[in-house]
Amino acid sequence: MAKMLLVRLVRLVATLFAVTLLTFSMVSLLPGDPVDAILGQTERTPEIEEQLRVELKLDKPFHERYFNWLGNAVQGDLGESYINRGQTVSGEIKNRLPVTGQLALMAIVMAVAIAVPVGVLGAYKQGRWQDTTTSAAAQVALSVPNFITGIFLSYIFAVRLQWLPASNWSRITDKGIVENLKTAIMPATALALTQMAIFSRLVRSDMIGTLQQDYILAARAKGLSDRFILMRHALRPSSLSLATIIGINFGALLGGTVVIETLFAVPGLGFRLINAINSRDILMIQGITVFVAAAYVIINALVDIMYTFIDPRIRKS
Amino acid sequence: MTDFLESVSGGLGAVETTPEERSAGRHSTGSTPPGKPKRASLRAVFKAMPLLVKISAIWLTFIVGIAIYAKLDTSLFNGSLPLQNPNLQLNNFDASTGKFGVGEPIEGPSVGNWLGTDALARDSFARIAHGGWVSLIVATTSALFGIVIGGFLGSLVGFVRGRTETVIMSVIDVILAFPALVLLLALVSIFEVRDLFVISGVIGFLSIPAYTRVARANSLAISNREFVLAARAIGTKPTKILFREIIPNVLPTLVSYAMVAAAFVVVVEGSLSFLGLSVSLPTSSWGNMINQSRRDIKTDVLQVLWPSLALTFTVLSLNQVGDFFQKRGAIRASSL
Repeated sequence: MAKMLLVRLVRLVATLFAVTLLTFSMVSLLPGDPVDAILGQTERTPEIEEQLRVELKLDKPFHERYFNWLGNAVQGDLGESYINRGQTVSGEIKNRLPVTGQLALMAIVMAVAIAVPVGVLGAYKQGRWQDTTTSAAAQVALSVPNFITGIFLSYIFAVRLQWLPASNWSRITDKGIVENLKTAIMPATALALTQMAIFSRLVRSDMIGTLQQDYILAARAKGLSDRFILMRHALRPSSLSLATIIGINFGALLGGTVVIETLFAVPGLGFRLINAINSRDILMIQGITVFVAAAYVIINALVDIMYTFIDPRIRKS
Repeated sequence: MTDFLESVSGGLGAVETTPEERSAGRHSTGSTPPGKPKRASLRAVFKAMPLLVKISAIWLTFIVGIAIYAKLDTSLFNGSLPLQNPNLQLNNFDASTGKFGVGEPIEGPSVGNWLGTDALARDSFARIAHGGWVSLIVATTSALFGIVIGGFLGSLVGFVRGRTETVIMSVIDVILAFPALVLLLALVSIFEVRDLFVISGVIGFLSIPAYTRVARANSLAISNREFVLAARAIGTKPTKILFREIIPNVLPTLVSYAMVAAAFVVVVEGSLSFLGLSVSLPTSSWGNMINQSRRDIKTDVLQVLWPSLALTFTVLSLNQVGDFFQKRGAIRASSL
C-alpha cells in the first residue's frame, strides 16, 4: 500500500514537472519574439525593449529561465501581469478561482442530482420507453455545445422573460447568496447539461451490469422491494465509477468554463485567460495555464488514489 | 483510460456475433468464400443504418456538399455559381448619405436570402455554407493528422514495445494531462495570424495523442494474435509485419474513431471561433456567426438559431454515424 502510494506520488511529481516544462517552453520556444508579442502595435524604443528583455530574463539561457521561474512558481509566485502593472498572476488566480470553482461545483451537483435517478430509471426499465427516451435525450444533450445552451437559456430567461440577469456576476460577499445564485444559475445549467448526459449514460450502463449480478437476484429472492434493491444494493458499486468521473470532470471544468464565462461575463479564471490572450499578457497566460493544468493533474491523481482506498478489489491487485 | 481501452479491444476477440449479425455479414459478403470478405457497397451500408443514422448521414452529405459548393463558387468560379457572396452587404449602404438603400440590415428569410441576412445584411445561407467549409477542413485535417501520425506511432509502439513505447507514451500522456481547451487556447494565443491553415494545424497536432492511444491499444491486441505470431514464425521482417499485418488491422478502428473525434473537433473549433480566436473575420465560421449575431438576439433570434442548428445537427450526426461505424467495426474485428 505504502509502496503504491509512493509510486503514484513520484509519477504525479514527474507529470507536474513535465506539464510546467511544456507550458513554459511553449511560450518561450515557439516562433516569434515574446517582446514583439507583448509590445505588439504600441510605440516602442530600443530602451523599452531592452528593459522588458531584462525583466523577462530573456537575456538568460532557456534552462536558467525555466528553473528560475519554476522555483518562484513553487513558492506561489507566478510573476506579474505586463499589461496591468502591479497585478500579480497568483493574486488574480486567488481572486478568480472561487468564482470558477463555484460554477464547476454547481454544475456537477446539478448534473448528479438529475443524472443518477435518470440513469437508474434507464437501467431498471432497460429497453422500455422510459429508457429509450432518456437515452435519446442524453445523446442529444451530449451533442449540443454548452455555449449554445447558454445563449438560448439567456435568450429565454434574460431577454424574453427577464427573470434573470444575462451578465453582471454578483459575488456572494457582495450582495448575498440570492443575488449570487441568480447570476450563477444560467451558466451553471449550461455547463451541467453535458455533464448530466455523461453521468446518466455512465450510471445506466454500470447499473445494467450490476443488476445482472447474483446478489441482486438473492436480494430479489428475499422479497426486498425493487426500490430498496436499486437504491441500496445496486447503486453502491455503481457509485464508484461515478465518483471517479465526477472527480475528473470537476478538474476538467476548472479549465472548461472558459466559453461559458465569456458568454455570461463571469469574472472567473477562464474569462481572465481570454482577456490575457486578447491583450497578449504572456505571463498571465502562462500562469493560468500552468495553474489549471496542475490542478487537473493533481485532482486526477487524488481521484485515482481515493478510488483505490474505496474499492477493496483494486487494493488487492 | 489506457487500461480501459486495452480491455475493450482485448475483449473484442471474445465478442460473440448474433445470428442476425452473421446473416448481415453473409448478406454483404455475397458468395465469396469465408476469410476473404468483399467490401460492402455504399448502398448496402446505408441500407443497414437505423433511421436516425440514415438522417444523420444525409445531413452530413448535405453540409459537406454545400461547403464544397461554396468553396468552389468563390475560388474557382469567381462567385458566378448561384450562391450569394458571403461577405457582400446586401443593403446598398450609401456612405455619402449614411442611409441604407433597399432592405434593413437584418431581414427575415426570403426568396433571395433563404435564411435571411445578418446584422451587416450579408446572406446567412452563404455564410453558413462557407462556415461549413471551415468545420470540414478542421475536422479533416485533425483526422488526417490523427490517423497518419497518431495511427503510425500507436501501431509502432504497440508492436515493438520496450523503451520506444515508454518514451513516446510518456510524451503523449503529458499532452493528455492538460485540459484540452486550455492547451489549445495557450497554443493558439501564440500565433499572431490565425487563418484556417494555422487553426487546423494546431487542432490537428492536438488530435494526435488521442489517436495514438486508440491505435496503441488495438496494436497491442493485434500483435498477440495468431496471424502475427505466424508471420513472425516464418521469419517475416518486423517492418513488413508492422505495415502488412498490424497497421491494416488498426486502420478500420481508427477511421470509425475519426467520426466521433470529428464531432469533438467541430465543437472545439466552434468554441474557439465563438471566442474570436479561430479564423479571422470576415471569413465566416459557425462559431463566429453565433458570436456576432448574439448581440442582436433580442431583435432577431433566427440569426443565432441557424448557425447553432447547423453546428448541433452536425455534431449529433457525426456522433450517430460514428457510433454506427464503431459498432460495425467491433463486429468486423470479432471475425478477424
